[in-house]
Amino acid sequence: MTRLRTGRNRSAGLQRPPAAILAIAAIAIAFFALPFIGLLWRVPWGDAWSLLTTPSSLTALRLSIETSLWATALSIVFGVPLAWVLARYGFPGRRIVRALCLLSLVLPPVVGGVALFAAYGRRGLLGDSLFDWFGMRLPFSTAGVVLAQTFIAMPFLVLTVEAALRGLDRRSEDAARTLGASRWYAFRRVTLPAIRPALIAGAVLAWARALGEFGATITFAGNFPGRTQTMPLSVYLALESNPGQALVLSVVMIAISFGVLLSLRDQWLGGSTTGRSSQ
Amino acid sequence: MVFRVPKLHPNALVAISFLMLLVFAPACGSSSTTSSTAGVADSLSGSLTVSAASSLQGAFTDIKAAFQKMHPDVNVTINFAASSTLSQQIIAGAPVDVFAAADEATMINVSDAKLLSGTPTLFASNSLEIIVRRGNPSKIATLSDLSKSGLIYVTCAPAVPIGRYSSQVLQKAGVTVTPASLEPDVKGIVAKILAGEADAGIVYSTDVRATDDAAQGVVIPADINVVAKYPIAAITGSGKTTSAEAWIAFVTGTAGQSILKSYGFTSP
Repeated sequence: MTRLRTGRNRSAGLQRPPAAILAIAAIAIAFFALPFIGLLWRVPWGDAWSLLTTPSSLTALRLSIETSLWATALSIVFGVPLAWVLARYGFPGRRIVRALCLLSLVLPPVVGGVALFAAYGRRGLLGDSLFDWFGMRLPFSTAGVVLAQTFIAMPFLVLTVEAALRGLDRRSEDAARTLGASRWYAFRRVTLPAIRPALIAGAVLAWARALGEFGATITFAGNFPGRTQTMPLSVYLALESNPGQALVLSVVMIAISFGVLLSLRDQWLGGSTTGRSSQ
Repeated sequence: MVFRVPKLHPNALVAISFLMLLVFAPACGSSSTTSSTAGVADSLSGSLTVSAASSLQGAFTDIKAAFQKMHPDVNVTINFAASSTLSQQIIAGAPVDVFAAADEATMINVSDAKLLSGTPTLFASNSLEIIVRRGNPSKIATLSDLSKSGLIYVTCAPAVPIGRYSSQVLQKAGVTVTPASLEPDVKGIVAKILAGEADAGIVYSTDVRATDDAAQGVVIPADINVVAKYPIAAITGSGKTTSAEAWIAFVTGTAGQSILKSYGFTSP
């Protein structure tokens, strides 16, 4: 312990890390930066605008935005209560339930797609009932895309919100309750505002994940322009027929993801991490 | 635990440097292959990378085993994917020695990029069938049955040979079908049929045979059927010309042809 502490103090005193670490870190930065630089270098910038505004690109872009926003909304509606239960409600088997709900976070998305077939496919556990009740078939439909994206993206929101709920000082909630607020009122007016930064961060992460979803979508929802062909699917298929278009669409997705990460760090994650480290 | 970390540093450095080499590899790919040519000049040894159309998976896996019995020092790796994906990879600089495509158009793309050594040889042909689940639950007998309402038909994007052939066949039969999905390759069509999510698709006869009776084929009449011709060629700059030629000779020879026949291919 004492050794560790002195080591920490020393490194805190020195402003610059050792040259070897700096050099290796520089290689790591280059390792991450080069693929994106290479991609930007390959993009046919002269035709970029016309490639981006072709009907097939715009269709994929619109479908991606629509479906990912739906997936984010569903993730919030179902993910916040789930996170609340996982964080606050001690029931037997909670660890197993949590692992189950976060499984799609680490699972290969293709496996997720196969599992979705088994449950919501035409011959799946619920497939026939879904058709009888709602007259809908999820595979090959836009709703199927939303389902696949929600399945993959919701854990990001659940993890973030659950961590925030666990770190929350519960005294203000208790105070609200002693002042006569109902549980629901205290949740809405005290808990929810307190976890807002985490909720926004989780929602943005889930949205970015939904926007980039490929494996589960192509497995479960297939690929058809205007119905299930989202941006990542469109990039994958355009690589073979129209590489320029694939590159331009890739740049759009990189720009969105990069923007998400920058805004997260500056506005929300930055604020909440300082808050958390002070406890 | 804390004090073991510094011991790992040399390994970590090696690993990262290796990664960095990989990152820079495309830039110096040509120079590294010239150095390997010197090593494998005279006898058949070393590695051989074959890129082959998805539909060749079964046949080429067997051919690989037979080929390696004859040339035990050659280490053959086969990369199976849609011909269009493979040609794209080769044009983008993938280190491939032999390309076996499911249509002549994708081979022409590679040829146009000046990446072929020699001219392509046709080594097999494959006709098309309608694929349905075992027992034919949707009772499909002809191509026009594919336009039945409520029937889920899946195909591939037009860039993939099977997608193009399917629409040619449907056009010749005068049938208009709206696909539920444009799968990235033939395996995607077969998977959707086997999963029970789609009712029918058009695939190669060899794909139906490869499902081991989990699916069955409905014959498409010869006069409107499209016969896919499979070309094979060596890729330039691979530095493994001898092994590549030996592979091509094996595939076009008696042993290779009989393996291909056993998987449902016909001679070109």
